[in-house]
Amino acid sequence: MTPLAAVPPREPRAVRSGPEWDVAKVRADFPILERKVGGRPLVYLDSAATAQKPQQVIETISRYYASGNANVHRGVHALSQEATTAYERVRELAARFFNAADSSEIIYTAGTTAALNLVAQSYGGSVLKPGDEILISEMEHHSNIVPWHLVAERTGAVIRAIPVMESGGLDLGEFERLLGERTRIVAVTHASNVIGAINPINAISAMAHEAGAVVVVDGAQSAPHLRVDLQAIDCDFFACSGHKLYGPTGIGILYGKRALLEAMPPWQGGGGMIREVLIDRSSYAPPPERFEAGTPPIAEVVGLGAALDYVMAWDWEALVAYEQRLVAEATSRLSHVPGVRVLGEGADRVSVLSFVMDGVHPHDAGTVLDTFGIAVRAGHHCAQPLMRRFGVTATLRASFGAYNTLDEVEQLIAGLGEVRKVFG
Amino acid sequence: MSDLDELYQSVILDHNKTPRNFRTLADANAHAEGRNPLCGDQFDVWVRLEGDVIQEVTFLGQGCAISKASASMMTQAIKGKTVAEARELFDRFHEVVTGGGGPLPSKLEVFRGVSAFPIRVKCATLSWHALRAALENRNK
Repeated sequence: MTPLAAVPPREPRAVRSGPEWDVAKVRADFPILERKVGGRPLVYLDSAATAQKPQQVIETISRYYASGNANVHRGVHALSQEATTAYERVRELAARFFNAADSSEIIYTAGTTAALNLVAQSYGGSVLKPGDEILISEMEHHSNIVPWHLVAERTGAVIRAIPVMESGGLDLGEFERLLGERTRIVAVTHASNVIGAINPINAISAMAHEAGAVVVVDGAQSAPHLRVDLQAIDCDFFACSGHKLYGPTGIGILYGKRALLEAMPPWQGGGGMIREVLIDRSSYAPPPERFEAGTPPIAEVVGLGAALDYVMAWDWEALVAYEQRLVAEATSRLSHVPGVRVLGEGADRVSVLSFVMDGVHPHDAGTVLDTFGIAVRAGHHCAQPLMRRFGVTATLRASFGAYNTLDEVEQLIAGLGEVRKVFG
Repeated sequence: MSDLDELYQSVILDHNKTPRNFRTLADANAHAEGRNPLCGDQFDVWVRLEGDVIQEVTFLGQGCAISKASASMMTQAIKGKTVAEARELFDRFHEVVTGGGGPLPSKLEVFRGVSAFPIRVKCATLSWHALRAALENRNK
């Protein structure tokens, strides 16, 4: 089988071998981290839901509204031209950050969900025939499941899923067996939003292409934690959200290979996506404009640009090593707490992990942790098939970003001690 | 008492650990399922009515301590009540957990602490909503 690429080293790197991550310097950029919750310093372990924003992003958005606000495209006045330049600069920036071949392959969307719906409706809706197969996985977020349900209902396509092993990894042997001549689309996540498992996406992409399928990658959880190289992955589509990448909500990116985008019909109609409009028909602009109907979220795009500027100045090797240390420490400490089970403990993971506590419902544990200022997520994390796979209805999820510390891992463990005090 | 101690009083923890009337009801003539799609909590509530009087009420399912204890104590609180009385009690209960003032039967008073945790109101009322649906669907 193809070697598994794009997986960070299994063992956290030794403290002194790599470049150091200056977490204090990073923390100073995030004003919200000074907040107290319930009289205690905030311990924010919910970056997988949404990351906090650095001052640079907050100020850029504020400055845009204070001195640069105008609608983009077709404006003859100075402000509109400035806004257009700023808006299109971010497309170049995103293409560079993700190593796309061309910035016209970057489409602005409202977020990962909107991006995946766009692919499902526009690409899936135009190529799928009855009996064609869409291959997803058991660890997908609902936003990489339900859009395929909608298009399958419309086209008569069939959905199959790659199973998840107890270790937390995808069963690639089963994936190979499931790939067949009816497989049109393989839509999998790069990293699980629940257990953090990193899928060998380069190998998956190569295997799917060999079977003649198009590859759609949900990158919502990988983009903030791994240095994503789209041309190396060689996927056909890649979706991610700005707000998990330290940028604003309401803006995400869909990457699509130019040749595919050019053949795809628009998803939504409106201003900005046309070539010519007659009373009874219209013709459409080329990508990316074809997929950006209406006034776009301009301030959000500009804010995303500030976030990209910010994270592109980071030493990503140091960041990845640091986050791997945090999550390895958390996994190891949690697995030693009596009555705690880490789900998919054996997986290589981004700094996201899920666990359950014997006799304590995750919501109750989450409420207790919250009273100590510790913000975790409790629930099914929009991944009910994965919950079913592991035989649970909900989990506690802790996720770590560039600003989290080893001390916060300790506080989580201490907080679970308090949970045990309440529930025995 | 801290908000947390107020929320997780020993009565609630006890009902969570050993819920009362936690079983199906073979001769039920009203049933409904309560589901919270946000968190995946889910309870079935069965009722045996004679005329307008709730003779027996049971429940089964999965949920957090608040939702399970609330369901358990609800089954005790409404047994023997008329449909109208049960509805009226739910209205009062709902008011209290959302921060309103009215009096409650003493045993249900322990849920007053929920009002400091607005996100948990749905947990406390899940089984009550199922009960109301069951009473509306009786004999179906």
